[in-house]
Amino acid sequence: MQTTPGTVQVRFFARYAELVGRSATAVSLTLPATVGDVVRLVRERLPGAGAIPERPLAAVNLKHVRLDAPVQDGDEVALLPPIAGG
Amino acid sequence: MTHFTREPLSLERLVAEVSSPACGGTCVFLGTVRNGPAEGGVTAIEYSAYEAMLEAEFGRLLADAGGRWPDVRIAVRHRLGTIPVGDASIAIVAAAPHRAQAFDACRFMIEEVKRRIPVWKKELRVDGSEVWVDPSGRPTAKPSHV
Repeated sequence: MQTTPGTVQVRFFARYAELVGRSATAVSLTLPATVGDVVRLVRERLPGAGAIPERPLAAVNLKHVRLDAPVQDGDEVALLPPIAGG
Repeated sequence: MTHFTREPLSLERLVAEVSSPACGGTCVFLGTVRNGPAEGGVTAIEYSAYEAMLEAEFGRLLADAGGRWPDVRIAVRHRLGTIPVGDASIAIVAAAPHRAQAFDACRFMIEEVKRRIPVWKKELRVDGSEVWVDPSGRPTAKPSHV
């Protein structure tokens, strides 16, 4: 399989943003890759991110996705704490 | 149109948005910040959101509701920021030709909001502690002073 380098922007909200002390970070990775791969890399590389669940809610480009969804170069991947609106 | 505001919600404005001579029943849901016996001295809740996704997801949710109830007119606003106990955090208004559709659509909207719309809340308590709330409505961690 052909692989290419890529970068996605990862955004954090609410409690997850507090855990990592920031609201966003860029993650370089090898494509093809999935949202789950992004989560794993974030948890490995970013201080504090180990406390984010292995299988958090996630969105890509403003849409809810499963962790096996693919990511593309330039995507915005959001890791979402349990939703508590209303 | 945006579906969130940092100002107090105006129910009158939302009702006006969906008002129509074809609608004979209007159902209103207000979600308000609570400090019940189990809340442990909540003074306010700080609401935050993934605002761009909130707008996108509300658009998809309203389209879903429109598919289910084509004759129902729906308006919704979520308030963000620090909201004191007793104030409304969300208002949903559904107007329909008949009451059953209005009730059904309004209930659908609030249940889907709680499942899909990326909003989070942190309880601000009288003792100065701050606690993130999980989807069941219970704090996810002990207060910071414990």
